[in-house]
Amino acid sequence: MKKSVFLGTLAIAGAVAGYASAQDGGTLAQVQERGTLNCGVTTGLTGFAAPDANGEWQGFDVGVCRAVAAAVLGDPSAVEFVPTTGQTRFTALASGEIDLLARNTTWTFSRDVDLAFEFVGVNYYDGQGFMVPRELGVSSALELDGATVCIQTGTTTELNLADFFSSNNMSYEPVPIETNAEAQQQYLAGACDVYTTDASGLAATRATFEDPTAHVVLPEIVSKEPLGPLVRHGDNEWGDIVRWTLNALISAEELGVTSANVGEIGSSTENPEIRRLLGTEGELGAMLGLEADWAANAIAAGGNYGELFEGNIGEATPIGLARGLNAQWTDGGLLYSPPFR
Amino acid sequence: MSELHSETALDTAYVRTEMLPEQTPPVTVSGPIKWARENLFSSVWNALMTIISIYVIYVVLVAILPWMLNGIWDAGSLNECREIRDARGGSGEHGHDVACWAVLVDRWDQLMFGFYPSDLYWRPILALVLFLTAIAPVLYDSLPRKMLILTVLMPFLCFWLLWGGSIWTPIVVALGFVLGWAVVKFGEGTLGSMLATIGAILVPILFWMYLTGPLISGLHSILPIGIQSVESRAFGGFLLAFVIGASGIILSMPLGVILALGRQSDLFIINKCSVIFIEVIRGVPLIVWLFTAQLLLGYFLPPGSNFDLMVRVIIMVTLFSSAYIAEVIRGGLAALPRGQYEGADSLGLNYWQSMQLIILPQALKISIPGIVSSFIGLFKDTVLVVFIGLFDPIGFSNAIRADTDWNGIYWELFIFIGLCFFICCFGMSRYSQYLERKLATDHR
Repeated sequence: MKKSVFLGTLAIAGAVAGYASAQDGGTLAQVQERGTLNCGVTTGLTGFAAPDANGEWQGFDVGVCRAVAAAVLGDPSAVEFVPTTGQTRFTALASGEIDLLARNTTWTFSRDVDLAFEFVGVNYYDGQGFMVPRELGVSSALELDGATVCIQTGTTTELNLADFFSSNNMSYEPVPIETNAEAQQQYLAGACDVYTTDASGLAATRATFEDPTAHVVLPEIVSKEPLGPLVRHGDNEWGDIVRWTLNALISAEELGVTSANVGEIGSSTENPEIRRLLGTEGELGAMLGLEADWAANAIAAGGNYGELFEGNIGEATPIGLARGLNAQWTDGGLLYSPPFR
Repeated sequence: MSELHSETALDTAYVRTEMLPEQTPPVTVSGPIKWARENLFSSVWNALMTIISIYVIYVVLVAILPWMLNGIWDAGSLNECREIRDARGGSGEHGHDVACWAVLVDRWDQLMFGFYPSDLYWRPILALVLFLTAIAPVLYDSLPRKMLILTVLMPFLCFWLLWGGSIWTPIVVALGFVLGWAVVKFGEGTLGSMLATIGAILVPILFWMYLTGPLISGLHSILPIGIQSVESRAFGGFLLAFVIGASGIILSMPLGVILALGRQSDLFIINKCSVIFIEVIRGVPLIVWLFTAQLLLGYFLPPGSNFDLMVRVIIMVTLFSSAYIAEVIRGGLAALPRGQYEGADSLGLNYWQSMQLIILPQALKISIPGIVSSFIGLFKDTVLVVFIGLFDPIGFSNAIRADTDWNGIYWELFIFIGLCFFICCFGMSRYSQYLERKLATDHR
């Protein structure tokens, strides 16, 4: 009895202390005072965020966290990774438990407007796809009339699937499943002909099969799932920092700045945009309230966007995702960073 | 006819002169065969069922045992496991499928300690040893009573070992309990028992609220003794399950006793408060309380407040479990004959004395099986924290699968986690049976 009263007291004391510290300055000031960035990630999604055998977080979303930490604090390892689930992610951000959520979250109207968050950009353009066993001989999703489909319940994929089939005048039989792990088992056991989820998830799942070549991911993508990092409404300075860190990674790829050459290219190049980006010219860093070399630090942390992509989910990794929509606009993709000037 | 008979009887003296040696009973009515005949083949139906059961067990074992025993222990990823298996060649029908236990070797530290700093693993291990040593005198009364001193100190020592930081934190917090005890001890004569009880609750709370913080920092600046502090976020795997489970068990027991007594109380407010608390907590699933701890508190508490998620979870688990314990103990209290209460009163004992000396020892004894099964349930329920994003063993099994090295591995992790939980829960269950036998004073 006494002990739980004590814990309750601790709780109140902690709340009061937390309230006091929350009053001074915005998120940037808090992060700088704390010395670490609290970054919300998934509890584990192949290629995007997962702890490795040494307990170090690795992945594409993790790369965004590290880049922001490097930009703000100059140290890519000054990140406290907070694992969040689908249910807890928005509360964690709204309550201030995390400063930034980089957790393959789809940018939708209601999340942006109604939940009062600010998506600072898109770091991965995903979309719902279909995977079928090769022996089925299907080459297009339009041939799936009458198929049994494994689908995760309670997600937007369920609604997208219904839309796709009814708009193409086809029928299907859903096999509801709860998690991706369960889906893999059901699909391999032949409980369903088709497994549908985000294309990146399909690629990651397929990579784990004993014989990945026995399964094909169909070319149709039936939904738009722009995934991006998000912050709270109302702290625009902090939102700007995260947005422009992401843009810096994208611009760096476009301009040919990599983690290998970021150290010297700023002074050796004549390209004014690179010089502005890396802080050897102009005052962009100071406008954000950061050091002049903020972007250089962010790029040095894990490389530019292309390096992050190739290192975590690209074609050289077991997941083997092609750039597709996530190529630079110059290569026919959708990545298009506003200019640094 | 009778003549003939008597004649032969006379001729051949058919009377034994010595005793026959004792013979072993026929094999069919003794030993294993008798047991098998009685238990397995007592009728045609039973014989048939036995044979079918043996066949089913055989089929299951043939499928599972080679898979488990031929498992691969030394590999860096699931694909390496598959390569090793293929290199071995498909030995027989089930040679194709073998367990890949290597994931346990590779991720052992994470499954056990989570993100706890690896050079500090001795601290949780020492805390576990301390915990076991400290509860031993409670569990077995043949051990020296002096060890109970360690039991009292254990929560503070374990807290300090696990979370680290200044040594003054646990000392000053413990001081609050000493204050409460002192108020009861010395205040009872001057203030009366009612005021002393209230004072014993209020004084430590005020002490913790207003004096603890400055006292800790003051003492620490004078005499800085401490060990490296570890954040709650670093806790994971079985360490997390044990910490939540053990704290919940230790804290919910006294709270449960108090709630049970409160529900039996004649004092209107105490009675109704206990009833409402118990019914509300029991009427809502644990997972809802955990979401409350994680989500609603996040909304209610001011932004930026940094109230440890693990402490929130421990509080919720404790409250939840204490409501169940209270009902189990109330069952024990209700089972005592009225005469026990009246006997206590007739001896002139006051309420606390009669509870402490007469009622509770008997009621708790009756309640042991229920209490232990509540504890087992509580310990297993700790895996529910996976839904609020804490990395308990189940949470880690998901995180491990999210690594490209181990994506696609299921059974090995689940079997291991299940086995660990089984060992703990089976141990608790056996202990409760031992205790019941030892305390059995009923009329047989």
